[in-house]
Amino acid sequence: MAMTLTEKILARHAGKSKVEPGENVWVHVDVLMTHDVCGPGTIGIFKKHFGAGAKVWDSKKVIVIPDHYIFTADEKAHRNIDILRDFVEEQHLPNYYDVGTAKYKGVCHIALAEEGHTRPGEILLGTDSHTCTAGAFGEFATGIGNTDAGFVLGTGKIWLKVPPTMRFVFEGKLPNYLMAKDLILSVIGEIGVDGATYKAMEFSGDGVHSLNIEERMTLTNMVIEAGGKNGVIAPDEVTLDYVKQKTSVPFEIVENDPGAKFCYEKVFDVRKLEPVVAKPHSPDNKASVREVKGTKLDRAYIGSCTGGKMTDFVAAAQIMKGHSVHIDTFVVPATTEIARKLDEVKIGGKSLSAIFKESGAVIGPASCGACLGGPLDTLGRLNKSEVCISTTNRNFPGRMGSKTAQVYLASPLTVAASAISGTISDPRDFV
Amino acid sequence: MQKNIRGKVYVLGNDIDTDQIIPAQYLTYNPANPEERKMFGKFALAGIPEGHQGLPQGNIPFVREGQMQSEYKIIVAGKNFGCGSSREHAPLAIREAGVEVIIAEFYARIFFRNSVNGGYLIPYESQEHLAKIFNTGEEAEVHIGQNRLINHTTGKSYALKSLGEILPILEAGDVFQYAKKNGIIS
Repeated sequence: MAMTLTEKILARHAGKSKVEPGENVWVHVDVLMTHDVCGPGTIGIFKKHFGAGAKVWDSKKVIVIPDHYIFTADEKAHRNIDILRDFVEEQHLPNYYDVGTAKYKGVCHIALAEEGHTRPGEILLGTDSHTCTAGAFGEFATGIGNTDAGFVLGTGKIWLKVPPTMRFVFEGKLPNYLMAKDLILSVIGEIGVDGATYKAMEFSGDGVHSLNIEERMTLTNMVIEAGGKNGVIAPDEVTLDYVKQKTSVPFEIVENDPGAKFCYEKVFDVRKLEPVVAKPHSPDNKASVREVKGTKLDRAYIGSCTGGKMTDFVAAAQIMKGHSVHIDTFVVPATTEIARKLDEVKIGGKSLSAIFKESGAVIGPASCGACLGGPLDTLGRLNKSEVCISTTNRNFPGRMGSKTAQVYLASPLTVAASAISGTISDPRDFV
Repeated sequence: MQKNIRGKVYVLGNDIDTDQIIPAQYLTYNPANPEERKMFGKFALAGIPEGHQGLPQGNIPFVREGQMQSEYKIIVAGKNFGCGSSREHAPLAIREAGVEVIIAEFYARIFFRNSVNGGYLIPYESQEHLAKIFNTGEEAEVHIGQNRLINHTTGKSYALKSLGEILPILEAGDVFQYAKKNGIIS
């Protein structure tokens, strides 16, 4: 029987020749990632059930990346990183990216890719809902809770229900005013925040395969915003070039069988799409930028796992170069590697960091930052009823701090155009 | 599984995400620490905008100022309950507040798994739009064995969807006990 890419990966990891959507299977896990917010709870559950002296199933496969609450005075946040550090030492885990050291990375989903932990055909689980980002590499990746992660730490196994796959085909190359964020916000606007609940979302077409790996990660990152279990893009040369640069660990490419069945298919003509936003307070509250143009803003935010990558900053800098921002604008690179590149990569002889600083934007240290609000002293956190336009992934009430704040989600191009205008602005007027 | 849970109902709308269930600023408490764990009950549902707290009236706090637990024992909600992040602190917070059972039209996937695998909550799915029928404060009872919800205030009774494949995990207590029972772990 023909299987989708997702079904094939799950079948292989369950030791079966075939699986069908709806079937529950026990699978072997290739990589388990945890961070400072969910790590302490996960470690507690692992020790409670497997014993104080228990060892993790495979020390090389457990990746620990503190990234959420790093640059804060909150003592409990620092205590939680101490718990991670003690566990890493006790378990001799080689893949730990500690705060305050040269190994510190920042946002886990981008760090996983940069450090070669995302590989085609594998199963990657993480204690964070945006773990689905890694599906951009043609693997099965999804977020889990502390209990599931504690179970995986001890056994290397998890039960999963095989999801049916929805397919989203983008035809045509993106014009210079559109980004992957516009594509995924269009999808979520179409199917709703529960439109893919329990389902896999596959992205294909030349519109997707002409994107670089960072833009692909923007697509898969946000499948959870439609309730999706995982997002996936079939590996191609772009994927393999990236992965082979990052790791020598062998992997096996998995592709859809000819005739694989999809439970839904939607074709988008990219040339007919427009820049869009998700209005407060839901990622599916779609409007074209044209419709909300002129909406007054207090703040702009460019950062996070979905909107704090080099491609995002290059796009923003192209618009912001030579302009001053009219509202408080925050630039928060996802990782330390991206932070370094902000100093190195130049547009018209000027580094991106110089462009941002000269425009009046504030550059923050690599971390999750204010994407999820966090402790009250987090840089860029919305502490009152501000109206913010952001490249992040979620805008439910209170997501970036105060529940009276309003967040518009948009592409880095749209956010940059809006930052220099002070109102929601159309990137087509600037590019 | 034979069990009845009786108490006051707290009603919520659609798409209640995990940031509303337990705002990110409280995630620095460590659930593995018994004293800190209790704080999740105190702040459960603290992120719901006031007008949406306890429908249809609104402005009804789930946990009263200064209390560690809620006076409500049953949550009735709309669709896609628990969407958003994978934080297990969400079902844990609701349980710490004193709620053992939720009835929603359906759940976001990770919240549902966490509720069951962690043994925090019984996540029932309703057959009707109960969030539009129930009022916060009404006295209700859930008959787990019979998959039935009774509104003692109005005298009406509602069939719930069967718990199906999650029942053996709920009966075992959590995924660890289920796996032990079935020889998956020793």
